[in-house]
Amino acid sequence: MAAATRSARIELTGVTKRFLTPSGPIFTAIEDVSFVVEPGQFCAVVGPTGCGKSTTLSLVSGLDRPSAGQITIGGAPVEGIADGVSFMFQADALLPWKTVLGNVAMGPIFRGTGKKQAHASARDWVRRVGLAGFEDRYPHQLSGGMRKRVAMAAALINEPRILIMDEPFGALDVQTKAIMSNELLALWEQIRCSVIFITHDLDEAVALSDRVVVMTSSPGSIKDVYDIDLPRPRGDVQEMRFQPRFVELQRRIWSSLREEVERAYAATAVSA
Amino acid sequence: MSNRDNPINPSGPSSWEDGMLGTSGPQIAPLAYEQKSGPATSPLPSGGNLAGRLRWRRRLLVLAGQLALGVVVIGGWQWFTTEGWVDRFFFGQPTGIVHRLYTLFRDGTSFGSYPRQIFVTFQEAVYGFLLGSVVGIVVGVALGTNRYLSDIVSPYIKMLNAIPRIVLGSIFVVAFGVGLLPKVILAAVLVFFVVFFNAFQGVREVDPNVIANARVLGAKQLDIIRHVTLPSAMTWIIASLHTAFGFAIVGALVQEILGSTEGLGLVISTAQGTFDANGIFAVVFTVMALTLVAEFILTRIEHRLLAWRPQSRSEAASI
Repeated sequence: MAAATRSARIELTGVTKRFLTPSGPIFTAIEDVSFVVEPGQFCAVVGPTGCGKSTTLSLVSGLDRPSAGQITIGGAPVEGIADGVSFMFQADALLPWKTVLGNVAMGPIFRGTGKKQAHASARDWVRRVGLAGFEDRYPHQLSGGMRKRVAMAAALINEPRILIMDEPFGALDVQTKAIMSNELLALWEQIRCSVIFITHDLDEAVALSDRVVVMTSSPGSIKDVYDIDLPRPRGDVQEMRFQPRFVELQRRIWSSLREEVERAYAATAVSA
Repeated sequence: MSNRDNPINPSGPSSWEDGMLGTSGPQIAPLAYEQKSGPATSPLPSGGNLAGRLRWRRRLLVLAGQLALGVVVIGGWQWFTTEGWVDRFFFGQPTGIVHRLYTLFRDGTSFGSYPRQIFVTFQEAVYGFLLGSVVGIVVGVALGTNRYLSDIVSPYIKMLNAIPRIVLGSIFVVAFGVGLLPKVILAAVLVFFVVFFNAFQGVREVDPNVIANARVLGAKQLDIIRHVTLPSAMTWIIASLHTAFGFAIVGALVQEILGSTEGLGLVISTAQGTFDANGIFAVVFTVMALTLVAEFILTRIEHRLLAWRPQSRSEAASI
């Protein structure tokens, strides 16, 4: 598979999203957001709680439409669910009534692949995320980390050009999170799709990505964009934390993010 | 099962030695021994043998309680009517009911054999149940997934739901006569609302994340209904089916009483006409048995369909 040609450039230009709140006033979630994810690039988006990160992702995936501005994937504007996009959600989005294999096979089946073939490739992906032998389990019989692996396999089986991840490992404990990050990196090195990755964890953002986008507090807009020049393959996420370059980048981004976090916190403190 | 759950042992080991509960001594002796040997350190028995014995003992206790309750109620009924404190002419008598059931099966009714009447009513109820639940599920899912449609229809559904549905039976006799059709329709109408509201609510409760995920994976609207909405709502729908079958039987019986040439409802109204209390109770017990059989089948189907759920929940739901 020619990885480079499969991945796609994501470009957001002046994207604004407003919601009509039930109580009346219009709420601006994000305002004039512009940034670019180059083909095959791993881009992390960080920002304070409620700054519209998730909104941005749902716009890129085509689940929702921007109120103003434009999003293009590989040069084509996003209208409806974009082709070749996979999404990993923060919450568990597995179907509890399907087995591991059934969950992973969903993507191909929805895209019209025969059941037999879909299951064969699902079996392969279940093995690739290290869950061989668990094909017939139901999600409730798995640990949180294992469920994330299933979600990862389900997202990657469609061989996406773009992988969108909304705090995928947010609910995991620190150790599991580090393991999952390593495995994600290893799988991604093989596929090299473009990735947009939301996280609260700055270490995670710096360790995984080529580019870190810092968003301001609500209404979210782009504050800074940092290119992470740590060499790839990165190797172990835990080890990387001690490299001087990592520490320096982390510190710079944190000083930018910090103001926004404090502002967001002040806003919630006042309203509460 | 932990020892702490044991309701007859609130105060711990010492009370056992005092010889309380002496009558059931042999049964609980092994437990008392275990309690003394390792009381405070292990509230949960670690040996599989002991756990099994505790479970077995508990099952016996429950069974004994159930039996006792049955004996008290039915025996009391028999006793009171025999002594004449309660008039057996109006309230029947267990032995009389059993005898009446026997004669019903042996001699049949003036309009055919008793199994035939059972079959007729069961058939009406099953048809009504199937029709009502299929329509209920389809309409529930359709309105649950389409906000605009549900906003339009919901006041009318509420109005229809406010109709005392039993009186519809009279209309059905006028419109459809005394055959199979009116019974099936009344049963279906009763079933529909129960299933519809649950299906509707079940669809509304589907996790939006899961739907979004399916959409991104490439699911079309029909895929979503088939793979996400329907299975998710199935928990709710199946919960309603248990009640719904009871309603189907009610619908069939009522419609038969209102007008029919055969069926258990007609047996009831005939018995009523001759002040045959035992006859009415005989049919009541027959219907109870029918419903229990249907309930058993439904529970089996439920376990099959909801095998994906954590065990404890489906066990709780099957009570």
